[in-house]
Amino acid sequence: MVSFALRRLTLLIATALVASLGIFCALEALPGDAAQTMLGATATPEAVAALTHKLGLDQPFIERYAHWIGGAAHGDFGLSSAYESPIGPLLGQAASVSLPLAVLATLIAVAIALPAGAAAAGARGTRRDALIVAASQVGLAAPGFWVAILLVLVFAVRLHWAPAGGFPGWDHPFGALGALILPALALAAFQGAVLTRVIRSALIDAMGEEYFRTARAKGLSKRAALWRHALPNALAPALTILGLQFANLVAGAVVVENVFVLPGLGRLIFLAVSNRDTLVVADATMLLVATVILVSFAADLACAAIDPRWRLAS
Amino acid sequence: MNRAAFSLRLGGALVTLVVGAAVLSLVWTPYRVGAIDVAHRLMAPSPAHWLGSDAFGRDIFTELIAGARVSLQVGLIAVGLGALLGVALGLFAAFAGGWIDDALARLADVTFAFPAILTAILLTSRFGPGIVNAILAVALVNVAIFARLARACAKSVLARDYIAAARLGGRGPLAIAVEHVLPNIAAALIVQATIQFAVAILAEAALSYLGFGAQAPQASWGRMLNEAQRQLYAAPWLAAPPGLAIALSVLGLNLLGDGLRDALDPKLADRR
Repeated sequence: MVSFALRRLTLLIATALVASLGIFCALEALPGDAAQTMLGATATPEAVAALTHKLGLDQPFIERYAHWIGGAAHGDFGLSSAYESPIGPLLGQAASVSLPLAVLATLIAVAIALPAGAAAAGARGTRRDALIVAASQVGLAAPGFWVAILLVLVFAVRLHWAPAGGFPGWDHPFGALGALILPALALAAFQGAVLTRVIRSALIDAMGEEYFRTARAKGLSKRAALWRHALPNALAPALTILGLQFANLVAGAVVVENVFVLPGLGRLIFLAVSNRDTLVVADATMLLVATVILVSFAADLACAAIDPRWRLAS
Repeated sequence: MNRAAFSLRLGGALVTLVVGAAVLSLVWTPYRVGAIDVAHRLMAPSPAHWLGSDAFGRDIFTELIAGARVSLQVGLIAVGLGALLGVALGLFAAFAGGWIDDALARLADVTFAFPAILTAILLTSRFGPGIVNAILAVALVNVAIFARLARACAKSVLARDYIAAARLGGRGPLAIAVEHVLPNIAAALIVQATIQFAVAILAEAALSYLGFGAQAPQASWGRMLNEAQRQLYAAPWLAAPPGLAIALSVLGLNLLGDGLRDALDPKLADRR
């Protein structure tokens, strides 16, 4: 287990470094003058030169990259040109919205998918199964931000049960949680649909195994055998998919945060792009990508812990 | 009718509907695409405007079928480009083996850590908004996906006896790739292309919704939803058509992919 974890950890660090290089290249090394872009076409050459120096853009590429990544490793993310403030606290504030949103969406997705997947697998081939599969197809097809807009239309515009957008801050815990519920539901629709399908097919596989037949033969009801014996074996694939789907969850959150004007990382990136605040875009993107890499690492470890076969296979 | 045949037919019908709408918009639209008519803004659905009109008086039905064209364009180019480059890279990795294979596989892993939306936003922040950046970003993700799939499938084909026979017969790697490997992995690639087409449509819609993709006056379902959201109190019906159009296109492509997979691989069909 330890050697498995160490191998995956080395891979994780290498992946994160290559990703950071990719982000840095995309934003800094491509043709075009970043300072000119930030100031616009009407800027004087002196102003462009001054900003170029202030941003350190007159330094060699490798030095700038080392400075950026070294600073980030020490918690120094540089200065935002639009807000004229350190980027670290901006990221922290945004993450304090995005992280709970992602967790809440995942919890809702699991809460939907576990019973739905089990119900479909248990009643395979019946009308109930077909209905659940059809519903999951709808969940896969409907874009998250459209679901978000429809939720706003029903629960905010018509029923006034929840706010249409905005975030009161964590000083008002109930208001903050309330502001996250509709966005989390919009994200959970897709995640829950993916997870339902995975759990259903993993359970159908497990129900074909001999241990399941043994459990039934010793007198367990189908339901009991499903939950006690088939489900634990379906957890590893479900966890893997949760890990793989995390990148999709992040992508969805970037858009859905903008539907609800939630001040999370997606909104921060959106505003930074509009403000031409390149360093904020780079830092926030790196934070999201690093999180995706970390989550897939954690999912791998969790799978290895649950299922020893996993460690041997990889 | 079994489930695979049902998926195939329903998926095929929905995709045909979308392609038909796109083709129709090339030869006929009720109004000119992007035509502004402020006197008739925010009209409810009526015989004059079948699906109503938006805040600028643009006809929703016109924008909707013209939007199908943009969605299909993005999907075709992003998936075509991604599949072409990805399959070439994947086959190269499978044939080369060794460290080249490992390096390319790791590189693909890095790409998977970047959601397409994020890549597109990165490109946008550097080059400005536009549909081309959106297509490039989605294509980049597709390169990694097709490379990984082609590599995995090709490796299992390369282990077969008929490949050894072809090699003994003096065929070179390129000839083996084209004559023996590609035909054997085509089914898997076609299924994946269908799924990725759906993903591309979703990504374009999301990017255009954010304002990073299609720019006015280019019709786009994502951009229509952005404008619909601003009129949610005054004209809530505007939110339905573009969202439904995206959902039905994606549903059609997903069903088509599922149906094709089951039709091409009977072993899998048994489990569904």
